[in-house]
Amino acid sequence: MTDTQGSSPAVAVRLTGVEKTFPMRAGDPTVALTGIDLAIRPAEFVSLIGPSGCGKSTLLRIVGDLISPSSGTVEVNGKPAHQARLDRDYGMVFQAPVLFDWRTVEGNVRLPLEVMHIDRRERDRRAGEMLDLVELGGFLSHYPHQLSGGMQQRVAIARALVFQPAILLMDEPFGALDEMTRERLNAEVLRIWGQTGTTVLFVTHSIPEAVFLSTRVVVMSARPGRITKIVDIDLPQPRTEQTRETDRYFEFVTEVRESLRGRATASASRTRAEGGIG
Amino acid sequence: MAARDPIACAEPLADADLTRAMVASGEPPTGRARRATSRALGIAVFLVLAAVVWEGLKFIAGDPWRIPELGFFHDPPISLLQATDRQLPHLWDIGSALFQPVQRNQDQTLGAFLVGAALFTWSEAIIGFVVGAVIGLILASVFVHSRLVERAFVPYVIASQTIPIVALAPIIVVGFGRGLTAVVIIATYLTFFPVTIATMRGLTSSDPRAIELMRSYAASRWQIYRKVRLPASVPYLFTALKIAATGSIVGAIIGEGPGGVPQGLGRAIDNFNQQYITGPEKLWATILIAALLGIVFYLIIQAAEVATLHRRRAARRA
Repeated sequence: MTDTQGSSPAVAVRLTGVEKTFPMRAGDPTVALTGIDLAIRPAEFVSLIGPSGCGKSTLLRIVGDLISPSSGTVEVNGKPAHQARLDRDYGMVFQAPVLFDWRTVEGNVRLPLEVMHIDRRERDRRAGEMLDLVELGGFLSHYPHQLSGGMQQRVAIARALVFQPAILLMDEPFGALDEMTRERLNAEVLRIWGQTGTTVLFVTHSIPEAVFLSTRVVVMSARPGRITKIVDIDLPQPRTEQTRETDRYFEFVTEVRESLRGRATASASRTRAEGGIG
Repeated sequence: MAARDPIACAEPLADADLTRAMVASGEPPTGRARRATSRALGIAVFLVLAAVVWEGLKFIAGDPWRIPELGFFHDPPISLLQATDRQLPHLWDIGSALFQPVQRNQDQTLGAFLVGAALFTWSEAIIGFVVGAVIGLILASVFVHSRLVERAFVPYVIASQTIPIVALAPIIVVGFGRGLTAVVIIATYLTFFPVTIATMRGLTSSDPRAIELMRSYAASRWQIYRKVRLPASVPYLFTALKIAATGSIVGAIIGEGPGGVPQGLGRAIDNFNQQYITGPEKLWATILIAALLGIVFYLIIQAAEVATLHRRRAARRA
């Protein structure tokens, strides 16, 4: 993945005027997203945060070409999102691990490589490597139900990364886990992000999680779903458990929280209301 | 990179240890054996109860009991036509009939004859079962991939099952001639339907996010079918196969009459039906063997199901 960094364009994801409306059986169509402009640089870690129904998961799926926008364009690595999907640029992780219960842990991680017709030896090698990366090297032949929820989610992460996608799309991946497991996996995701240089787009409900992980937090509001604020989180890298104790960290948490409430604040200087990066 | 390692997953071992402990104690084979034993015990209790009710009825309302070997004589207080020896032979009479010659002047016992007939019927049923299961699987796979074809054909699939098989059997025999082919077609006819319906359900049962995941890998429809939908449908398929197993045997038995196939249980039932007045225990013995055949076929499918799915079952319970 690190080798793609040199050749990749300056913008990993560019959303321009994205809008999504869902037709309703009765009455007016629902506007799920409107006027979304956002640009994400390669190797950035961007979180989408907002109340339920603000369309953040919809936005993630639009980026991943799982649903198409009603209007506007999505460009990924300089190509339309559809082409990026065909080029296997996306790794996906959902809130539930979505592991296949008839496959072993290794079989689950190997699945994308099977779909992509990678030869057997290479498949096994990479699956093993990825499971080592998420520290589950000893669980290759276990079945998903034999693992705890946190371990299952780590398998899902290994599966998403095994084909070295340029962009990792994560939809509340730790939302179903307890606070302690969540914090541990946050640290682990940051470590993996540091090692792989993948661009990450991360949907979350949790303000501390968004602040701790992200280089930028995109704050959204509901009905219609739109971006109300983008907060640059310039906490130093690498971030550690100590980061969570610093004053800067709490300032950012406060800033994101107040943005979510819709109150404009001037407490942190490096915020921009517009989505562009250049 | 090393600089970032201090924050690496604080204690992955706690998780790992817990899991090993879970694996070690979670599904011990002794637990499974105990469950199987208790189920077998349940079946045994049921059979004993059924026998008690059967003989109890005869004791209260049947013909007089005359067992000179044991010096046992008993006259039931009331008399019911349904409990006479003609209608409801003693269980030991049915049992001993199995060891008597099937006809006078023949060496073969009724039991040996019936087991042979059952095996013959089973072979017809197995062919119908396999063909029906394959047809069901193909139909279901086509239906779930094309809404148009589904709308056009599923009503006919359902309508096909509202026609009584006894009415259809002669038509099939006329169409395909007397013989094994007609019998197998009738067995197939009773098999494909449950497999079609259950597999349709199974093929659409997978987590929508699993499909999204496959699409994010740019997987083809075939790959999604092969690697997600089909494996997800297996538990549903087995449920249908258990129904189909008994259905195929019923189909084969029914088909043997109009099909003119003399070697199976169908003809045996016909024959002993005609001899019912003189020897009701022969028909009862045939029913017993036919039921046993259905149960054996069912249990074989169930064993295959357990062998295939026991890892998933554990996942469901968790």
